Amino acid sequence: MILAFAESRGTTLRKAAFEAVTAARELGDDVHAIIAGPSGIAAQASQLDASRVLVAEHPGFAQYNPEATAALVAERVKTGGYRAVFFVSTAQGRDLAPRVAAKLGAAFAPDVTSVATNGEEIVVTHPVYSGKAIATLVLTGTPAVIAARPSTFQPARTDSASPSVETIAPVGDPSASRVVVTALKIGGGGKLDVSEAAIVVSGGRGLKGPEHFNLVEDLAASFGNAAVGASRAVVDAGWRPHSDQVGQTGKVVSPDLYVAVGISGAIQHLAGMRTAKTIVAINRDKDAPIFKVADYGIVGDAFEIVPALAAAVREARRSG
Amino acid sequence: MKIAVLLKRVPDTETRIKLAGTKIDETGVKFIANPYDEFAIEAGLQLKQKSGGEMVAISLGPDSVQETIRTALAMGADRGLHLKTDGQPYDTLSVAQALAAELKGYDLILLGKMAIDDYNHAMAPALAELLGLPCVSAVTALTIDGTKGTAEREVEGGLEVLSFSLPAVISTDKGLNKPRLPTLPGIMAAKKKPMESKPAALGAARVSVRALTLPPERPAGRIIGEGAAAVPELIRLLQTEAKVL
Repeated sequence: MILAFAESRGTTLRKAAFEAVTAARELGDDVHAIIAGPSGIAAQASQLDASRVLVAEHPGFAQYNPEATAALVAERVKTGGYRAVFFVSTAQGRDLAPRVAAKLGAAFAPDVTSVATNGEEIVVTHPVYSGKAIATLVLTGTPAVIAARPSTFQPARTDSASPSVETIAPVGDPSASRVVVTALKIGGGGKLDVSEAAIVVSGGRGLKGPEHFNLVEDLAASFGNAAVGASRAVVDAGWRPHSDQVGQTGKVVSPDLYVAVGISGAIQHLAGMRTAKTIVAINRDKDAPIFKVADYGIVGDAFEIVPALAAAVREARRSG
Repeated sequence: MKIAVLLKRVPDTETRIKLAGTKIDETGVKFIANPYDEFAIEAGLQLKQKSGGEMVAISLGPDSVQETIRTALAMGADRGLHLKTDGQPYDTLSVAQALAAELKGYDLILLGKMAIDDYNHAMAPALAELLGLPCVSAVTALTIDGTKGTAEREVEGGLEVLSFSLPAVISTDKGLNKPRLPTLPGIMAAKKKPMESKPAALGAARVSVRALTLPPERPAGRIIGEGAAAVPELIRLLQTEAKVL
């Protein structure tokens, strides 16, 4: 049996919840899921493609509660006899999974891109040096704690699953945690994060100033649901927030489509986006390193090309 | 206030990776203090300036990590602690156990949210658990007032505001502060600051690196045209070849 931590925010399951279930399936067919949330979260359980869903409802889980959630998951892993527990390496998963692993004294691997068994061992792959190399790791002992890389395992969302839903009690008092989330400020209009988006449009120094990022934002909007990213140079220059930065000291993304506008393609930037399925580059300099990885490159002035592309994308989506 | 800052020595971000078995070939590689740890050093120095106390810079690894500790001493840390190992161990929990053994009695333990070599994002929560302390990871804002603290951290599409009690383990993200550069007098003073070196008491490793490989090469890049005239061709390729439109 494998356990998947189903990440939630308020009474809604996150995309990571479904990805964790998919990743867990790589190790076995009998996947259980565990949810910690406020009253009402149990209604979400039937969306999960799991045979059993364990739900702990408590007002102390209305916001992310690191200590109580780690205690709950670790306790269930121990008493339930699970071979492994899966998280996704989101902000929440990165905080929780190592804590659970330390509680259990378990082998731990974060940001994994594949999972397999080899006899008693669990073998995973994990990009290191921001994707410039791939480590194959062997996890020994039971249980193992594994966190999947975001947007790597297809989210298994279902309308037809009928898991048995079991209400479980929190471990200790979730209202007595030493770390408390007092507020969650959602970015303008529930802004889509670059690490979660299927399409990312990023801008670099070639845009010449922060006031020209509206071009990139409009191109992103033309695709419908794309996130706006940025190179390190423009984040360091203060044009864009660090949360938008793609690269080795920012976020590593692997969207279906990555559009680089006015980004030359320094090694540390390429490291953050080279696993995108399709890369489009628009740059004035035909010798820019970004063109070495771009599936489709257009040489020229971003101020001319980007508006034309945004209009053409809108047209294509209207008629397509 | 007694502050510990944990440092890792890592290859510079511009490094081109060449492999040597299950490790990278370190020939000609420039090593730096992990960039996220520099935010931890700066945060510790600012707190020390405000509240007084002592700041200890700690690094685990071979003798070469003493150079990284000296960087923190040059920036203003009071003394160094080197936990000596033969190479750089991979398993987070094994390293966390060695660090935890040396981290009793601190009010605040600061470290970067991740190391840019192993990309594990795991040390702070693991250490906090072993030490029985609260943890806030990847903070972009931090205020300490006596035994209470508040912090902010980025989550997908938003920002969490947290309150916590000290002692605590805090990991730092870019955006928290602008790390100072070591000054020449600081570098001179660092040479005279105490540095203790002792063997690291590593825990049992449960994770090992079986292989290290280079990622599959992307197909060679292709320039499809120049200027806005190339847009219709790009749309066609995105529709028919890449199938993303």
